[in-house]
Amino acid sequence: MSSGPISNAGEHAIEVRGLAKRYRLGERDVLHGSLREAASQLVANALHRARGRARPRSDSIWALDHVTFDVDRGEVLGIIGRNGAGKTTLLKILSRITEPTDGEALIRGRVGSLLEVGTGFHGDLTGRENIFLNGAILGMRRREIERKFDEIVEFSDVERFIDTPVKRYSSGMYLRLAFAVAAHLEPEILIVDEVLAVGDAAFQRKCLGKMDEVSGEGRTVLLVSHNMSAITSLATRCLWLDAGKIRALGPARETVSAYLTEGHVSEQPGFADLSDPQIRVGVPKQTQKQILLESVRLLDADEKTTGVFFERDALRLELGFRSSIRARRLEVLCKFSTIDGVLVFTLASGAMEVDVDPGPFTLTVDVPSLPLRRGNYVVDLYALTTLPQDDIRGAIEFEVSGPRGPVDDPRELRDELGVVAVEQEWGPVRRDVDQPAATRA
Amino acid sequence: MAAVSGTTRGDDVVVIRPSTHWVDLGLRELWRSRELLYFLTVRDLKVRYKQTFLGIVWAVIQPVMYMVVFTLLFTRVTTLYNAGQSYAPLALTGSVIWLFFANSVTLASGSLVGSSALITKVYFPRLLQAASPVVAALVDLGLSCFVMLGIMAAYGYYPGVRVVVVFPFLLLAMATAVGVGAWLAALNVKYRDVRFVVPFLLQLWMFASAVFYSSQAVHLDEPWDSLFWANPMAGVVEGWRWALLGGPHPAYGDVALATAGGLVVLVAGVVYFRRKEREFADIV
Repeated sequence: MSSGPISNAGEHAIEVRGLAKRYRLGERDVLHGSLREAASQLVANALHRARGRARPRSDSIWALDHVTFDVDRGEVLGIIGRNGAGKTTLLKILSRITEPTDGEALIRGRVGSLLEVGTGFHGDLTGRENIFLNGAILGMRRREIERKFDEIVEFSDVERFIDTPVKRYSSGMYLRLAFAVAAHLEPEILIVDEVLAVGDAAFQRKCLGKMDEVSGEGRTVLLVSHNMSAITSLATRCLWLDAGKIRALGPARETVSAYLTEGHVSEQPGFADLSDPQIRVGVPKQTQKQILLESVRLLDADEKTTGVFFERDALRLELGFRSSIRARRLEVLCKFSTIDGVLVFTLASGAMEVDVDPGPFTLTVDVPSLPLRRGNYVVDLYALTTLPQDDIRGAIEFEVSGPRGPVDDPRELRDELGVVAVEQEWGPVRRDVDQPAATRA
Repeated sequence: MAAVSGTTRGDDVVVIRPSTHWVDLGLRELWRSRELLYFLTVRDLKVRYKQTFLGIVWAVIQPVMYMVVFTLLFTRVTTLYNAGQSYAPLALTGSVIWLFFANSVTLASGSLVGSSALITKVYFPRLLQAASPVVAALVDLGLSCFVMLGIMAAYGYYPGVRVVVVFPFLLLAMATAVGVGAWLAALNVKYRDVRFVVPFLLQLWMFASAVFYSSQAVHLDEPWDSLFWANPMAGVVEGWRWALLGGPHPAYGDVALATAGGLVVLVAGVVYFRRKEREFADIV
């Protein structure tokens, strides 16, 4: 691991050694059932044994496949990976919610884990009552909660409703209050899962600030997020999990870039085959998708497929779909982000009246003038009918290599100008009459 | 901490590894989490009678209705007991402590399944979740005792100093309720059949526990007599009733047997709970 030479084992806040968790596929169904099912299972097993055959081994998957790493005291470790890569399983084991199948982890310090905002909130209880209940569930002492009560209420901005049952809260108020409690937990190790995905932008900033503060105080933070800019701005190092294994562990920015571009360094720049299972690894097939994204192509003004554009170039996005239904309604979102995960803009089709028959179809969208400065960008794609259909994060990557023509501004070569290329017109320099400011009209 | 088999070294170093067959009851951790038990209990209490018309009056209605029905049944419909005599207080005292037990067990058995959101998202000693309904039921019990004492007075019963004996028997009832509740709660995570078994089980258990009859009327040969008294709730009802109504002193041997039965139920239930605890989050 890139954690450097281990100076003294005692320095690490967390040591993970060969930690693994196996789930039996279909286990949920069997175990969730009733005694009758368990009994019939028993009979089936007995029959198999009686016939001298081994019991058919149920398939199992390693949700977490023997990972080993250390987290230093005071370090903020980001954890990224596709859905099903084992991020949440790892956090659940480290928070002692579930037990590992193999391996071990050593944790030095009080752990506060926040896998969901508002865990243990009860709708019928007031904000005040929930602060105490939630705080106690998260491991705070009563006196500690009393001491921080005012601070929590202030942070959450719900003073006026503190004695109202939280089921009457708006979802924003609910989240603010819930995060406020968790943010004031003072654990030595804070484990956070995707809580930043909720709340409005202002509140997200507040949370990020609070977490920065937390890590600034020398506390160790483990942070799972799909929000790559949150990871790059908060984390010092980043752990990339892929199918339960460690794919990479290193400086946050590098790991995030590697993650975002993974699998998309296709032989043909500007084209990605989205039916490639490589891209869909770990994406749970919870529902039968009726409309699937099959390919994405980037075209320049000459209708040539390319992965490199200049500022203000025309760009055409050509999306290949396959439908298994007759669809009347389709909505497509193309989210353009920087390689660090900062969302720059979204091309949103809105709900379109369409007439799609089962089979493949294509949809294009034109951006007449690409408002992006030099850098690498990623596109996330989302397709919806009345239901969410398909989404592929990091479907394709492309590069903007700066303005067309000679680059006379050396700053163009560095990243000092921001992300967006704004259309602008500068007036001529006008000579003004030199007179005291006070007399000016 | 058998659930995730964390072994606490010093105060804040935790080792997480797959648990072995060894079961650590985690009593130290339970003690450290006593405040959480308090908050969970308060939550149970505040939420229990939300959006009910009669609210906490239900805590009183239940035992009184039991008393009325049993009294009608056993003094009018049948003539097992003499009307006008002491049957109503007998039925009432039995019902009050029995309903405390039965309600505790019912709520405890559904406690884990009912809080799956909590169990899959945060770690805390899960046993508290099963124990808090039992503690919360004490409040209902207190209220129904109040009414019970009033009705007893109407029948001319004024308990003397002997009444302090209700407390050890109450403890025994709580221990039994925690044991059975924990066992059923853990079982319920895996087999939702428990939901159907509980009312039935409690009904049979009530018949066996001298709730609506006097154990004085029970004449059994060995080993049936020992079996009868090995039921902790038989001892609880008997002792509770004696403390409140007087009458012949319960035999020490019988009380000892019931206490032993209660402790076995408590330990067995909690051990089973701790052993199964590790899979709660995965299958609830």
